Amino acid sequence: MLEFRLKQVRMPELPVEERLKTFNEVALGYSEEQALAEASRCLQCTRPLCVEMCPLHVDIPEFIKLVRLGNYGEAAEKIRQKNCMPSVCGRVCPQEVLCAMGCKNTIGDPINIGALERFVADWELETGAAVPEIRPSTGKSVAVVGSGPAGLSVATELAKRGHHVVVFEALHEPGGVLIYGIPEFRLPKKVVKKEIDYVKKLGVEIKTNVIVGKTLTVDDLFDEGFNAVFLGTGAGLPKLLGIPGENLCGVYSLNEFLLRINLMKAGLFPHKSKTPIKVRGRVAILGARGMDAARSALRLGAEEACIFYQRKVVGRTDDIRRGLEEGVKLHSSTKPVRLIGDEKRWVKLVELVKLKPGQPDRTGKPKLIPEPGSEFLYSAETVIIATEHVPNTIAATNTTRNIKIAEKNKTIIVNQETLEAAIGIFAGGDVVSGAASVIKAIEAGKRAAQSINAHISKH
Amino acid sequence: MANEIIFKEELAPEVKLIKVRAPLIARKAKSGQFIILRVDEDGERIPLTLIDWNPKDGTITLVFKEVGASTKDLGKLGVGDAIHDLVGPLGKPSEIPLHSKVCVIGRGVAIAAAYERAKKMKEAGNNVTAIISARTAKQLIFKEQLKGVCDKLYMVTDDGSEGAKGYANDFLISLLESGEKFDLVYAVGAATLMRSISETTKPYKIKTIVSLNSLMVDGTGMCGCCRVTVGGKPMFACVDGPDFDAHLVDFEEFRARIHMYDEEERIALKIAGECGCRC
Ligand SMILES: Cc1cc2nc3c(=O)[nH]c(=O)nc-3n(C[C@H](O)[C@H](O)[C@H](O)COP(=O)(O)OP(=O)(O)OC[C@H]3O[C@@H](n4cnc5c(N)ncnc54)[C@H](O)[C@@H]3O)c2cc1C
Ligand SMILES: Cc1cc2nc3c(=O)[nH]c(=O)nc-3n(C[C@H](O)[C@H](O)[C@H](O)COP(=O)(O)OP(=O)(O)OC[C@H]3O[C@@H](n4cnc5c(N)ncnc54)[C@H](O)[C@@H]3O)c2cc1C
Ligand code: FES
Repeated sequence: MLEFRLKQVRMPELPVEERLKTFNEVALGYSEEQALAEASRCLQCTRPLCVEMCPLHVDIPEFIKLVRLGNYGEAAEKIRQKNCMPSVCGRVCPQEVLCAMGCKNTIGDPINIGALERFVADWELETGAAVPEIRPSTGKSVAVVGSGPAGLSVATELAKRGHHVVVFEALHEPGGVLIYGIPEFRLPKKVVKKEIDYVKKLGVEIKTNVIVGKTLTVDDLFDEGFNAVFLGTGAGLPKLLGIPGENLCGVYSLNEFLLRINLMKAGLFPHKSKTPIKVRGRVAILGARGMDAARSALRLGAEEACIFYQRKVVGRTDDIRRGLEEGVKLHSSTKPVRLIGDEKRWVKLVELVKLKPGQPDRTGKPKLIPEPGSEFLYSAETVIIATEHVPNTIAATNTTRNIKIAEKNKTIIVNQETLEAAIGIFAGGDVVSGAASVIKAIEAGKRAAQSINAHISKH
Repeated sequence: MANEIIFKEELAPEVKLIKVRAPLIARKAKSGQFIILRVDEDGERIPLTLIDWNPKDGTITLVFKEVGASTKDLGKLGVGDAIHDLVGPLGKPSEIPLHSKVCVIGRGVAIAAAYERAKKMKEAGNNVTAIISARTAKQLIFKEQLKGVCDKLYMVTDDGSEGAKGYANDFLISLLESGEKFDLVYAVGAATLMRSISETTKPYKIKTIVSLNSLMVDGTGMCGCCRVTVGGKPMFACVDGPDFDAHLVDFEEFRARIHMYDEEERIALKIAGECGCRC
């Protein structure tokens, strides 16, 4: 009995040998029985640190209590009061450094809060989420640019307050990174679409295929009568390595690789999709953000997928473990030097150099420096560059409004408290913070919604 | 209805012109820009140049050649059908010179883009010469319209069925050798054409602009699929172009990259043909 209480209830997963055959979701979610068992482990602390650690301060003990009582609908409602996308966050939040890190169940494993969140959210979406009461129309309208988590969050909050919201999205599908970046096997698109349907049920209009800064400008939006504009345009531009051979055939940026697979469904080429992708032989992934690409490459038939990075692979603990189980290889303390092609300009070799600790940098950590003479070659027919992303500033720069952009990392400069970038223009999510997380983008959206509400009520 | 085709015409075998209702794009379009479209829900995103646009009636005109699965699917749509997704205008507007003597060169379906450019150059008061070329007479599109906007129009066909026999580049060489002077040459068409024109004008130091039709996915700078090397620097054709200084373009690399998926495109075409539907 004690043993049971100490250990987390393990979430069932697709067996490893099944995973590589499809893009089906790997983590299968708790059954009702499992959810009840896990919920029963919660200590129901009076001063819960988990709530403090959650950027949205979801009332975690309370929703877990409702799970114990079998009131799944009410449990979901409890989460939704604070978090507009529970089924997404339950899957992709790095709970181990957020809520679960605050869990005071010190004698045992922390509660698997993410799994419980996912359980109630899926239950709610299955049975049809109740649409909350919407305040009567205020007659004010807000334009939201970008339909990632930041944009959808701001739209949800403002719609609930009775404002008319129109979301403009550059791509042909809404959802931002949730749709084009995070692969199906971690976040099924069906789940994202259901969350977006919920936002639409609140009366939010979503217009795809509109690039603000090109199709319409921020000035046009004000001319059309919008009372405020929110920029949630994300950090979606790839930064290349700047090494020789980067433009060889067979070399992808992380974004191109994931866009083709997730948004364009290249895995279903040629029958159910017209967009091809080329994954052959060994695949080298250059950069710490490459786990999703490596796991996708293995599913598309790569013989081997190896991530070369410097210090630490980016990702949730569970997803990194799953990647390793699926056969992803990791090679730390390395840096690519150049890519070498064949006579037809297809990539065939990656030259890398090993790194060793050097002098400490400003943070006190030793800087990694190349070890002379340690260069080595890795043969690869597909190469994916998985380094940093920077914000896309098309919307913020093609306007007469004075939106300031940081020289160095291209982020939009805002008032940290109100998220106001210029009069009537607000911004949040990755476009302000640089590449961060879903939950931080949702939090920024909520904060911006408060400021926007205050702004348009005054004007 | 948004994205509705309101007019369709076959200009030459496999080359079609469509007029599409797209008021937002028509309002913002500028010379040299393009759109990206998807024919249906499973469709690829394909770029096409804006040949004409009318902010008043809210329409845009596109001209395309059925070269593969996606353009063939587009060709199957008729008046009254709607294009599933349409986004734009994309790319940097072209620079239109003033008081210059320009030569506009286009081949095949790209004569449409050459016409758009010639028209804008003429409207800006330039002296415009056009050289249009194709394999055979039937493929010389936009002849009449070009006559209306060019000071001189030369036609060149590979088989000599209309105009001079041979290639546009050889024709340009003979013009230059006979003492003809240009301040600017603009070339659009296949990679080989743009490259040979670029090599021709280089020794004469004539500023030469080409429109690079790289492979693209999003068209907004997100993916880097369209990257080309210009003057030794990586550029994204969809946002930094599609126009570039021809003398700085690495054509070798450009050519290799646009043929990256030839094998897959053949499969797609075969499948579309074999079962006669789009399954
Ligand atoms: C591969 C990958 C995996 C990730 N995994 C995780 C994870 O497991 N957990 C986690 O918490 N975070 C993860 N992240 C990070 C997370 O997805 C982002 O921090 C989050 O999506 C940021 O949200 P956002 O709304 O600011 O921007 P985005 O999600 O980037 O959305 C921005 C939207 O704006 C649109 N847009 C841009 N410019 C314009 C314009 N001019 N006009 C109209 N629309 C425009 C874009 O097309 C896009 O749809 C991951 C990121 C990537 C790339
Ligand atoms: C900015 C831009 C503007 C363009 N404007 C026009 C236009 O106005 N009219 C028009 O007909 N086409 C235009 N194109 C090219 C057009 O996008 C392609 O023909 C189309 O994407 C082909 O799709 P598909 O599936 O039918 O053919 P695919 O099956 O993709 O290709 C069939 C064959 O054509 C070749 N091919 C494909 N794309 C290109 C390309 N970009 N350049 C050279 N060869 C290619 C392939 O290698 C293959 O051999 C433009 C391209 C760009 C980037
Ligand atoms: S097409 Fe994706 S960046 Fe140009």
